Amino acid sequence: MRRSRRVRALTALALGAVLALAGCGAGGRPDPGSGGGAASGGSTVGITADSVKVGSHFPLTGVAAPGYSEIPTGTKAYFDWVNAHGGVNGRKIDYVFRDDAYNPTQTSQVVNELVLQDQVFAILGGLGTPTHGAVLDFLGAEGVPDLFVSSGSLLWDQPRKYPTTFGWQPDYEIEAKILADHVATTFPQARVGLFLQNDDVGEDAERGIRRYLDKQIVSVQRYTPGNTDIGPQMSALQAANADLVIGFNVPSYTALTQLQGLKLNYRPQWVYSNIGADPVLVGSLLGRFSQGQVTDAALLDGMITDEYLPRADNPSDAWTAQFDAIWKAHGDGGALTNFRIFGMSQGYAFVQALLAAGPNPTREGLVQAIEKGGTRFAGPWAAPYRFTADKHSGISGAKVVRVTGDSTTALGPVRVTDNGDAPITDATNGETPVPPNGIPAAPGGT
Amino acid sequence: MAAPVRPTEQAGTASRSGREPGRWSGLAARLRPRATFARHAALALLALVVVVLVLELTGPFRNSQFATMSYYAVAAAGLTVLTGLNGQISLGHGALMAVGAYTTGLLLPADVPLLLVLVIAAGVTALVGVLVGAAAARLKGPYLAGATLAFAVALPGLAIHFDEALGGEQGLPVPSPRPPDWFADAVYFLSANETSSAKYLAYVGWLVAIVAFLLLANLTASRIGRIWKAVRDDEVAAELAGVRLSRVRVLAFAVSAACAGLAGGVLGVVVRLAAPTGFTIVLSISLLTAVVVGGLGSLLGAVLGSALLVFLPPAVTDLGASAGLTDVQAAQLAPFVYGAVLILVILLAPGGVVGTVRARWHARTTAPAGAPEERTGRS
Repeated sequence: MRRSRRVRALTALALGAVLALAGCGAGGRPDPGSGGGAASGGSTVGITADSVKVGSHFPLTGVAAPGYSEIPTGTKAYFDWVNAHGGVNGRKIDYVFRDDAYNPTQTSQVVNELVLQDQVFAILGGLGTPTHGAVLDFLGAEGVPDLFVSSGSLLWDQPRKYPTTFGWQPDYEIEAKILADHVATTFPQARVGLFLQNDDVGEDAERGIRRYLDKQIVSVQRYTPGNTDIGPQMSALQAANADLVIGFNVPSYTALTQLQGLKLNYRPQWVYSNIGADPVLVGSLLGRFSQGQVTDAALLDGMITDEYLPRADNPSDAWTAQFDAIWKAHGDGGALTNFRIFGMSQGYAFVQALLAAGPNPTREGLVQAIEKGGTRFAGPWAAPYRFTADKHSGISGAKVVRVTGDSTTALGPVRVTDNGDAPITDATNGETPVPPNGIPAAPGGT
Repeated sequence: MAAPVRPTEQAGTASRSGREPGRWSGLAARLRPRATFARHAALALLALVVVVLVLELTGPFRNSQFATMSYYAVAAAGLTVLTGLNGQISLGHGALMAVGAYTTGLLLPADVPLLLVLVIAAGVTALVGVLVGAAAARLKGPYLAGATLAFAVALPGLAIHFDEALGGEQGLPVPSPRPPDWFADAVYFLSANETSSAKYLAYVGWLVAIVAFLLLANLTASRIGRIWKAVRDDEVAAELAGVRLSRVRVLAFAVSAACAGLAGGVLGVVVRLAAPTGFTIVLSISLLTAVVVGGLGSLLGAVLGSALLVFLPPAVTDLGASAGLTDVQAAQLAPFVYGAVLILVILLAPGGVVGTVRARWHARTTAPAGAPEERTGRS
């Protein structure tokens, strides 16, 4: 008897649970088409009459945090400045950035949080190739404008697959083309070695470099990020008598190559990509890696790199002076760094895009405005964007510079180009004057 | 007809179940199935109901958090069985999750059904687990920790070395499966809610978790589980009793690895990417802390610990931001608070949440009956 009662009780429990679930349900789907659709004008999530919410993800903790964690502080200071001057069309920008520790798993979590919980209007300047790569699908599927990704990967230029994603900095391929072209004309006799990160950075760069230097290359060495022993690669470059080495690597490997070069008494002419060449960061890394034996970036004196944004150590530049004033007014008290200028420039670009989207921006309207007018957006960056309906690549050029002491000297005009076999030409846009208060004006009648 | 009831057992249950055998404990005793599997199946059914209710009553962001929690819970459950029941420590479970995630990333684009992919991911990872376990069976304590640590550090490097097949540093994209129509219809039938992608993944994650927990619970309650505990508690005695230590250790490692692989597969579809930077040593250590905070050896503890992993950092960050910290400081507060919680738990409640609660409960119910029974807090 007892047993059957237990079975009956259990059955009753299970049935009750199922009924409870079914009871709160709808039973069936209503006919399609009867649901109220969204307004036909487009999505206005995250934007109201007096505010617009923007989100981003950066490594604020962990190994990638030094340097990169300063970028969003610059963007925030810039937005605070814009808000203090009345906002964009009366809307205050509410900027939220979250920590992903440069871990794609966490990026996906924090971007979920930004889009689903914080309900941001757009994502701005999310940093990193593997990290941002994890959220491309999601942002595309949700229709969230994904502007100005902080990475030079070619992934961001896939308008058919990811219609809302736009790049920012010159991609590694065109950066490599511009540097290689400079080397080919300035050092036609050089025996060129390549030091490349063993991933898409190195691949894209090698493709660009080989267009101009294929015959001059004597050795190609690759390193795997995380493996700090680059002795074999450096010895191979030395053995091949490479007297000019082009490095497409992250800042820590700039420091490592310099220290290894000291050990081997190997001093070629170094050419580093922009991502690996921030002298302040490399200088501090040199100090740390050499346990205090190398204390500054003097080792970097004479190296060649490229620039596409104003430099923090150049107060005579009108843009740097403007950013310095903004940072003094709204910064956290630290120094104005190149990373913060990077973040402020992205903030400037966002304000410009939002203005171009008109007085009542929607997510779709913002994307269309960038596709329509993006090539004409001008600001602190050296060369125009390549934004059209068919192309979502960022800044189209840079100028080659030589590091001298704590500063840099230009080795020529700004050069612009595009992916593939597009020719390299001098930029025709000239320097953009700083608008009043450093805030872009609404585009007139485009 | 009902089976005859043995009176002795009935009396035993009544006297054990507390000081006042009132109608509630009587009802509980009657509802409680005697067979282990039936009891676990009833709990699984209950868990399923809870999962449906929670997922239908929360928004898409919480859904995505629960999806994340589900794979942490499965991996932590595998680890808690290995460490809590068999006494082996592993700092390599993050890398084992990578095996599962990459297997999923390679198979899903080939149009293999999701469930089959997850089973294969678990199987492949179990094989890797056998290899690691075979090496680990000879090691103990810090040496075992060191060996599995080396595994955790080395394995993600493979993805960079074989970047043609595995996507290198930028990772292997995992296509996010769409909810099948019948599934979306069933959910709609129950709750009148549409199935978002986040919700579907949360359902997949928790269905996988419930099945994995059911199997683990039965395994640990079986002869195999008792042998594992015997090996943990006294190797010499276990060996004298005829247990072949290394074989038992390898089996425990393989089962635990299968759970990690399953979790990795779910991680792959939830994150939509398998990249080396997602499987650093930090992941392995997070799993270990989840197990320790929740209560070593307890499956419920694994769930609680994984909830802490998912919900604590954003909560602390938000708290910090609303307390006036800058966003950067608030973000840095999260790992700090997490570390502080871990230290406090180890100092004040070494049994973890479950161990401490259980110890309190037993102290209350058994103290008046005379000498308190010796409890380990692991069962």
